[in-house]
Amino acid sequence: MKPTNIFDPNYFHKVVDCQWACPAHTPVPEYIRLISQQRYTEAYMLNWDSNVFPGILGRTCDRPCEPACRRVRTEENPVAICRLKRVAADHKGDIGAYLPKVPVEKNGKRVALLGAGPASLAVARDLLPHGYDVHLFEKDPSGGGMMRSQIPAFRLPIEVLEEEVDRILEMGVVTHFGHEITSMKSMLEEDFDAFFVGTGAPRGRDLTLPGREESTSHISIGIDWLSSVAFGHTDKIEGKVIVMGGGNTAMDCCRTAKRLGAESVSVVVRSAFEVMKASEWEKEDAMSEGIPIINNRPPKEFVHENGKLKGVVFECVKPVRGDDGRLSYVPSGEPDVFMAADHILMAIGQENHCPWIERDIGIEFDKWDCPILEEDTLQSSNPKIFFGGDAALGPENIIWASAHAHKAAISIHLFCQGKDLKAARPPEGVNLVSQKMGMHEWSYDSVHDPALRFRVPHVEREVALKNIKVEVELGFDEALGAKEAQRCLNCDIQTVFTDRLCIECDACVDICPMDSITFTENLKEKVLRERLTAPAGNTEQALYISDELNTGRVMVKDEDVCVHCGLCAERCPTNAWDMQKSVFHIPQLGSYAEQ
Amino acid sequence: MTFVAKPRVHHPKLPVNEIGLTRRDYEGPVSTLCAGCGHDSVSAAIVQACAELSLPPHKFAKISGIGCSSKTPSYFLSKSHGFNSVHGRMPSVATGANLANRDLYCIGVSGDGDTASIGLGQFAHIVRRRINMLYVVDNNGTYGLTKGQFSATNDKGSTSKKGLPNLNEPIDLVSLALQIGASFVARSFSGDKKQLVPLIKAALIHKGFGFIDVISPCVAFNNHQGSTKSYDYIRDHSEPVVVTDYFAAQEEITVDYAPGTSEEVHMPDGSVLCLQKLDEKFDVHDKVHALNYVQTRQAQGEVVTGLLYVDPDASDCHEVLDTVQRPLNELDVDDLCPGNAALEMVNAGFR
Ligand SMILES: Cc1cc2nc3c(=O)[nH]c(=O)nc-3n(C[C@H](O)[C@H](O)[C@H](O)COP(=O)(O)OP(=O)(O)OC[C@H]3O[C@@H](n4cnc5c(N)ncnc54)[C@H](O)[C@@H]3O)c2cc1C
Ligand SMILES: Cc1ncc(C[n+]2csc(CCOP(=O)(O)OP(=O)(O)O)c2C)c(N)n1
Ligand code: SF4
Ligand code: SF4
Ligand code: SF4
Ligand SMILES: [Mg+2]
Repeated sequence: MKPTNIFDPNYFHKVVDCQWACPAHTPVPEYIRLISQQRYTEAYMLNWDSNVFPGILGRTCDRPCEPACRRVRTEENPVAICRLKRVAADHKGDIGAYLPKVPVEKNGKRVALLGAGPASLAVARDLLPHGYDVHLFEKDPSGGGMMRSQIPAFRLPIEVLEEEVDRILEMGVVTHFGHEITSMKSMLEEDFDAFFVGTGAPRGRDLTLPGREESTSHISIGIDWLSSVAFGHTDKIEGKVIVMGGGNTAMDCCRTAKRLGAESVSVVVRSAFEVMKASEWEKEDAMSEGIPIINNRPPKEFVHENGKLKGVVFECVKPVRGDDGRLSYVPSGEPDVFMAADHILMAIGQENHCPWIERDIGIEFDKWDCPILEEDTLQSSNPKIFFGGDAALGPENIIWASAHAHKAAISIHLFCQGKDLKAARPPEGVNLVSQKMGMHEWSYDSVHDPALRFRVPHVEREVALKNIKVEVELGFDEALGAKEAQRCLNCDIQTVFTDRLCIECDACVDICPMDSITFTENLKEKVLRERLTAPAGNTEQALYISDELNTGRVMVKDEDVCVHCGLCAERCPTNAWDMQKSVFHIPQLGSYAEQ
Repeated sequence: MTFVAKPRVHHPKLPVNEIGLTRRDYEGPVSTLCAGCGHDSVSAAIVQACAELSLPPHKFAKISGIGCSSKTPSYFLSKSHGFNSVHGRMPSVATGANLANRDLYCIGVSGDGDTASIGLGQFAHIVRRRINMLYVVDNNGTYGLTKGQFSATNDKGSTSKKGLPNLNEPIDLVSLALQIGASFVARSFSGDKKQLVPLIKAALIHKGFGFIDVISPCVAFNNHQGSTKSYDYIRDHSEPVVVTDYFAAQEEITVDYAPGTSEEVHMPDGSVLCLQKLDEKFDVHDKVHALNYVQTRQAQGEVVTGLLYVDPDASDCHEVLDTVQRPLNELDVDDLCPGNAALEMVNAGFR
C-alpha cells in the first residue's frame, strides 16, 4: 500500500465518524469539549455556524452521527451527541457579539427564497452577511416550515423554534408571509437575480382501499392533521384512533392524538417492527406512553355504516427473510382482523408536489416529481433557480436542509458574482495542530471514560400526556451533560506518525489498548489487513500506512477502533507519534467570502 | 513515565483463550520504565505467551532482583504472586519458591547487572540446581537503574553514552549457561516478538531450567552509536540460527518448513517445538556444538539468536531430590510428623 497522505482533507475527516456522518459536518468533538469546559456559548456558536438550528436540532435531529459514533464499535451505545447539542443551547449566554454583521449597504443583488422552512432560512443566513437583498415568500403566517407545522410542541417548544427562526429573520430578511406562490413563471418575471426553492415535500400519501371515499370525513392525512393542530385549528380528537404507518409522522400523530383526548390510540403497521422507518427512540417514546404498535398488518378495507367509519379490516402476514437479506411478507394463516376505529390518521409517507412550477420554464423534473439538479451545486436546469431541502431530493430532515442550504448559498453567491459554480468553489482543507503541552500533558482530556450512556430525564408521564405543550424531555442538566460529554472519544485528535523518528521499539504497539498498531512488511491492503494485530470488523475506516522504516517494514495503524487515548504518543521515546487536532475547513459562504 | 492507567476498553474481537481470559487479563499496571525501554516489550511478550498458553495467572510466581529489568514483574501478570528481592539474589528466592510449591510456574526476571555482575555466583548455582523455571535476563549491557554504568555483559570497546570505551571483557551468559548445565538455552531480542514469544512458551513448559538471554536496549543510557546493545546495532548484527514455533498438545501444527532443515522436538507434556534451521549444520541437542557455534560467530561480530540448546527429557531439582508430588507447602502436620511408628521405621533403616 502507498503511504497515507494525511494532508488530504478527507483522510482524518473520515476518522471523525460523527462529523463525517453529519450532512452539515458539524465539528462534534470540538463542541463536546467546549461543553466539558462549560463554554456553552462557544459550543452553541460552533453548531450555529455549521447547522444553523442547534436548539431545534438538539431536540429533533435525525442524528445520523450517532449510529456512526466510534463508541458503537468500542462499546455499544453512542455518545448522546444530539442531546449534548441541546445542553449547549439550553445553557448558552448572550450570543449577540458572535453573530455576523449584516452590512447596511446592500450589494445590489436580489434573491428570492420560496418557502420559509429550514432550507430557505439557512440560505438567508448565509447570504445576508454578504449584502444580499433577501426576500422570503411563505404561504403560512409565520416561518419555520415543517419545524413549526409538523413537529409537535411536546418535542419542540415553540419558544425554542421561534428563537432560532427569528434570529435569522431579524438579520434583515424581507418577509412575505401569507403569500402563496401559485406560478413560478410569474415569479421569474419579478426582478430577482436568483431564486431558491425551499418549499418542501408537502403532500401526504393516501390509500385507495374499499370504503375510503365513504369514510372520508373520519380519515385525515397525518401531516395535514398535525399542521392543523400546530396552527390551532384542531384541538381535540375523539373516540378510538388508529394511526396507519410506521414512520416519524406516525409517531408524532399517535402521541399528539393521545394528548388531544383520544379514547384509545393504536399504531398499525404493514411491515415488521424492526424495519419501521421511525427511529428506535421514537418508537420507545410512543410505547412508553402506552401506545401499542401492531405490526405485520396491511390494511384491506375501511368498514363504514351510514357514512360513519366503524373500523378497519387488516390482513395478517409474517415476514420471511430472502437470500438477499430483505424481508418479504406472506400470509400468516391467521384470519383477517377487524379493529374498531372512529378516526384514522394516515401517515404512510410524503411526496414532492409542486404544481405551481410550470413545466415549460426550463426546469426539468424526474418521474418522482423531483427537479433534476446539478449534484455539486443544487442548480436546476434553469440556471437562475436553485433547490434545497425536501424540495430538492424528496423528504429528508432538518440537518439535510441546512447542508443543502450551505451548498446552494455558495452556488447562488458565485452565480450572482458571475463566477463558475464549480471551478470557483472554495476547496476543503485541514489544519493539524499538536496538542502536546508537556511531557505527559495534552490539551485535551485523553483518559478513556468507560461510563455507559446517560439517559435524558423525562417529565412525569401524567403531566406530559395532559398538555401538548409540555416538553417531554427535560434535557441533561449541566452535571449530567458534563458526564455524558466525558464519553466522547475526541476522534478529531489524531495520531500523527513521523516515520523518520521511529526507532521501532514497539512501545506503542505494546501500550495500545485497542491493538491498533502493527509493524509489518508492506503488502496489498487485503493481505495486510489479515496480518494486523487485531483485524477490524469494520473495513470502512482506513489503514494509516507509513513510509518504509529502517528495518524495511512499515507502520500500519488501523483507524477503526482507536480511542484517541494518546498512550502511543505518551509511550513513544522519540515523539514519532504526536496527538494533533484536525480542524476541517468545510466550505461555507461565510468563511469563503472572508478570503 | 506515564501516569495514566491503560484503559480497560479493548478491541471488540480480542481473542479469549481456553480458560476464558483475554491477553488483557495477563497485563499489569502501566510501566514506569522509560518510554521505549526494551524491557517493556519483554513484559508484553511474557503476557502474550502466558495468555496463549491459557495458564491461570494465579499459578505464577514472579521473582526478581534489583534493576529496571527487575522492576518489570510489577507490570505483567498482576493477578499472580511476586517477590521483588535483593540485588543479585533472585535465584535464592526463586529456589525457595519453587521448592515450596512445585505447582507454580516460576518466572525469574533479572538484568545483566543483577545476573552477570553482582549475582553471578547465585546464577551459576541456580543453573546447576536445575530449578524448574523460566529465567529471563533483560540484557541491555548497562546498569539502567543507576544511570548507565557498564555492566558485566557490556562488550569490550563498546562506548558509554559520553563516548568512553569499556576496557573489560564481557561475560556471555548464554555460553555460561550452556557450560554449567542449563537444559534450555536461548537468546532473543526484545524487538522481535515473533521470535521471543514461542521461546518464552517453550521455556515455561520445559521441565528444568529454561534460560533466555533477551537483548533489550536501554533507550536512556545505551542506545547510542558505539553501543553494541542498541536497537540499530542488534538489528544489524543479530543472526537467527533457528526459527522456533511452539504448538501446544493437540494444537494443529500449521507450519510447513522445507525438508532437511526442519525438526520437531516433542516436549514431555505433548507440545511440539517445530524448528526451522537457518544453518543446516546447527544441532540444537548438542551442547558442545552450540557453545562452539555461539563463540565462533561472536568472534565474527555476530549475535546468534534463537533456540540454542534444548534437552526435552531433562530432569529438574524436584526429580533429583525425589520430593513428593504434592507441593511441600500443602503438607500438613500429619504428613510432616507421621508419629513414632514412622520414626522408628526410619531409624531402623540406619541401624
Ligand atoms: C411529522 C413530521 C415530523 C418530522 N420530524 C422531524 C424531526 O424530528 N427532525 C427532523 O430533522 N426532521 C423532521 N421532519 C422533517 C423536516 O420537518 C423536513 O425535512 C424539513 O422541515 C424540510 O425543510 P424544508 O425547508 O425543505 O421544507 P419545509 O420545512 O417543508 O418548509 C417548506 C415551506 O414552504 C412553504 N410552501 C410550500 N409551498 C409553498 C408555496 N407554493 N408558496 C409559498 N410557500 C410554500 C410551506 O408552507 C413550508 O413552510 C418531520 C417531518 C414531518 C412531516
Ligand atoms: C546490593 C546492591 N548493590 C548495588 C545496588 C545499586 N544498583 C541498583 S540497580 C543496579 C544495577 C542494575 O543493573 P541491571 O541488573 O542490568 O538492570 P537494568 O536496570 O539495566 O535493567 C545497581 C548496581 C543495589 N541496589 N543493591
Ligand atoms: S491513541 Fe494510540 S494508543 Fe490510544 S487507541 Fe489510538 S493508537 Fe492506540
Ligand atoms: S513507540 Fe515510537 S519509536 Fe517506538 S515503535 Fe512506536 S512510534 Fe516507533
Ligand atoms: S534507564 Fe534504561 S533500562 Fe531503565 S527503564 Fe530507562 S531505558 Fe529501561
Ligand atoms: Mg542492565
